Amino acid sequence: MDWIVPFILTVITASTPLLLAATGELITEKSGVLNLGVEGMMLIGAIAGFAITASTGSATLGIFAAAIAGMVTALVFAFLTLTLMANQVATGLALTIFGVGISALVGSGFVGFAIEPLPALNIPVISDIPVIGPILFGQDFLVYFSIFMVLASGWFLTRTRAGLILKAVGDSHDSAHAIGYNVIRIRYMATLFGGAMSGLGGAYLSLAYTPMWAENMTAGRGWIALALVVFATWRPGRLLAGAYMFGCISVLQLHAQSAGINVPSQFMSMLPYLATVVVLVIISSDYTKIRLNAPACIGKAFRPAQ
Amino acid sequence: MKRTAAALAAVGALALGMGAAQAADPLKVGFVYVGPVGDFGYSYQHDQGRKAVEEKFGDKVKTSFVENVPEGADAERVIRQLAQTGHELIFTTSFGFMNPTIKVAKQFPNVKFEHATGYKRADNVATYAARFYEGRYVAGVIAGKMTKSNVIGYVGSFPIPEVVRGINSFMRGAWSVNPDVKVKIVWVNSWYDPGKEGDAAKALIDQGADIMVQHTDSPAPLQVAENRGIKGFGQASDMIKFAPKAQLSAIVDHWDEYYIDRVQAAMDGTWKAEDTWHGLKEGMVHMAPFTNMPDDVAALAKETEEKIASGDIKIFEGPIYDQAGELRVKEGEVAPDEMLLGMDWYVKGIDAELPK
Repeated sequence: MDWIVPFILTVITASTPLLLAATGELITEKSGVLNLGVEGMMLIGAIAGFAITASTGSATLGIFAAAIAGMVTALVFAFLTLTLMANQVATGLALTIFGVGISALVGSGFVGFAIEPLPALNIPVISDIPVIGPILFGQDFLVYFSIFMVLASGWFLTRTRAGLILKAVGDSHDSAHAIGYNVIRIRYMATLFGGAMSGLGGAYLSLAYTPMWAENMTAGRGWIALALVVFATWRPGRLLAGAYMFGCISVLQLHAQSAGINVPSQFMSMLPYLATVVVLVIISSDYTKIRLNAPACIGKAFRPAQ
Repeated sequence: MKRTAAALAAVGALALGMGAAQAADPLKVGFVYVGPVGDFGYSYQHDQGRKAVEEKFGDKVKTSFVENVPEGADAERVIRQLAQTGHELIFTTSFGFMNPTIKVAKQFPNVKFEHATGYKRADNVATYAARFYEGRYVAGVIAGKMTKSNVIGYVGSFPIPEVVRGINSFMRGAWSVNPDVKVKIVWVNSWYDPGKEGDAAKALIDQGADIMVQHTDSPAPLQVAENRGIKGFGQASDMIKFAPKAQLSAIVDHWDEYYIDRVQAAMDGTWKAEDTWHGLKEGMVHMAPFTNMPDDVAALAKETEEKIASGDIKIFEGPIYDQAGELRVKEGEVAPDEMLLGMDWYVKGIDAELPK
């Protein structure tokens, strides 16, 4: 059973970038905005975080830079879709393509750089407790932050006035507008938050997961994060569970292979998406469930009534 | 989609540059890469070769490259565009460029083409590849000496002959010094996904591996090895800065001399459409310095490297049995290159199943 603890540790690190990006996208979508540019924003966050960390030697600055870079990218998206009312799906896809290109351009000077991985916040004594010590107390900052943020998002959406307003904007922008809320401003803020979290998800890859810069290093994790939001039916609790499950699946197949169990790895890579489709079918079969969870106005442009 | 966009943009840029280049008469040399030059692996090393050509010939050559070219219809377009814009020598560096290269070559009989890792030639199409597996044998010898658990972790990309050949060669190297070595193989189905490669390495270490070998292109598995305090090998490039304590050596692709030679031949008019498959002897494959190992192991590694180069060690010399126990290479014979190029079976003793 020696492999259990390292296995759980691997699952946690594999899940963290998904969780960060998906939490951001969840809040964005709850406000009624569908930003398919997660992959692009993650890449921009990854290179920004890496470039600043490599240049300054400070991972803290790198993390901030990643969040800001993700936010700036999201701002471009928000301006195009919310102010200029461009199509959100097309703009989101364009954002991903843009992110792939611009991160490669900026990153070309950082290929082959090595940095120190993000340090684990080892707490003396309790980190040394067998089994739970390394799992609960031996991680780096972003792991704790990702869990905190998803829980905080759950609290925000259900327990705060601002969260209820955000949901109202996502469910019926006309009604929210009629009672005096500034729909556009709220959607801007939600989109920027999503960008910052995607940026952090990318930074987790380039600073902690594999501390280096490589072109296109997200390798589709932004798309998994998008699928994850649907899989979780827009609920933070399920998002947390889903992220760890998706992470677990991807790591499990590698362990199965190294243990000599032959599972087609392509099948396992497909599983997160298959699970998402199944969830989609289930929620689509029950109209009330969609009403309760999916933001009704998702992806729709808002034009203030005259 | 992104790759198409990149390729089209690059082609557009080439077309724009065409007018300006016609006045002078440097030899125009084009390179087509399957990946980004920023991968720090395969395409990166080809581009180092291109840079070496530029450095060596200065004003006498003008090189251009198109990266991220998908292996399909786009490749043909990119290659044709290079031929149309006055490139006299064009290197296409991925297996999937083979048919497009042959096709375009027919239309441009005066342009010289060089295709890497393929098997189709024509009057104006030469082929070339490197015997990376020779380096893997040296790595196997080192690993066999260095392992304590006798379990070696191998991160594989795709189960294609190139990779299978590497695994077989590595194992023959390891068994030559330590018959108890076992290898665990994890396929990640990608040439390049650092996160997944790293996770594969972690899974292998959790299964008891204390030496990490990879046939994928990012330094991630080696970084994991460094992090977990075990040893490993770099791939395609010397990756010592990613793993100063872990890297034992690295198998380095080295195209510089080949590219320089071929450009020189094109200039001299001595260029011929021939096949080149070079290894340690000719310097197309290098071993990075032997580090993090005792002197006697380093000496043995050096000796092995030299013996392969001189031909004293023939890696695939019979008798070689496959996993099913069938004799593939008879005693006293050496596996012909055709067999190596199509290798889709493990040698006897490898404790894993080849994915079909």
